[in-house]
Amino acid sequence: MAFMQMAPEAMICTTDRKGGDSFVESVGGALSPGKKVQAPMKLREFIVTDAIVPSLIASDREGAIRELVLSLEKAGALPQEASEEIIAEVIKREQRGSTGLGKGVAVPHAKNSQIKRIVSVIGRSPGGIDFSALDHQPVYSVVLLLSPSDHPELHLSAMNIIFSNLQKDTFRRFLRQAATREAIVELLDEADQGK
Amino acid sequence: MPKATQDVKICNRLGMHARPAMQFVELANQFRSNIVVHKGGEEPEDADGKSVMSMIILAATEGTPLTITAEGDDADQAVTQLAQLVNDKFGEDE
Repeated sequence: MAFMQMAPEAMICTTDRKGGDSFVESVGGALSPGKKVQAPMKLREFIVTDAIVPSLIASDREGAIRELVLSLEKAGALPQEASEEIIAEVIKREQRGSTGLGKGVAVPHAKNSQIKRIVSVIGRSPGGIDFSALDHQPVYSVVLLLSPSDHPELHLSAMNIIFSNLQKDTFRRFLRQAATREAIVELLDEADQGK
Repeated sequence: MPKATQDVKICNRLGMHARPAMQFVELANQFRSNIVVHKGGEEPEDADGKSVMSMIILAATEGTPLTITAEGDDADQAVTQLAQLVNDKFGEDE
C-alpha cells in the first residue's frame, strides 16, 4: 500500500489567519455581538415568503431569474431601483457556469453591494426550465439567493442550508409537488424543524 | 488500494462558494480514485469530493482547514492537483 502523508509545511496558504477561532469571533462580532457565524441558519430567516412564485410564467433561465428578482422587489425585499443591476449580475454569474447543479434544482445567486441582508426566494416551474444544468435535465425548483458583497461567510452559510435541504430526495419531491405558496411555506417550516 | 492525503487551508477570501466547489469537483472527477474532503475546525464534516452539492454544504470559509484524501490507483496525483487548486485560491485574485 502506497500511503503518502504530506508534512504540515505543505500548507502553503499565504493568507493564513492566526487561528480559526479568532477569525470566527472577529467576523461574528461585526455582525451581531455574541452570535457565532457558524450557528445553523434557518431557511425562513432569509427566504422572503411573500415573494415565492408557486408557478413561474417564464420557461427560460433569464426569464425565471427576472421574474424572481422582480417578485422580491414587489415584496419590498430589495433596495429601490436595484433590480435591473441585480438581474444583470445573476445572469452574468449564470453565464460563467450554470447553478443548475442537477436533480431538477438550480440556485442562481449574486452578491451586490446594495444588498444589506441576505434574501432568497423560491420559484417553481411545473413545466421545467432549461437551465443548462450540469445533468442536462430541466429545472423544476429555483432558489434565488442574493447576498451582501461583504461577509462571504454568511453567503456560504445560506448556501449550506439551501443545499443541505435540496440534497434530500423528500424535500425536492415535496417542493416540486407544493402547488401553492402556503404549501411551500409549510415545507420550509418543516425543514427548519428538522422533519 | 493506494491512498494519499494532504492538509490544506482555504485561503481565498470568499471561501469555497459555488464556483470553486464546481472547479474542485470537475478536477476530482478526472481521477479514478474516490475522494473525500474532511473539514476540520469546530464543526467537522466529510464531503464527497466528486459531488458539488456535498462540497457546497461544507461551507468552508477562509481559513478553514481541509484534509483531502484519495483512494485509488491515481490517489497521489489526485491529492497533489486538488491541493494545488485550493492553494492557488481557485484562481481568484483575493
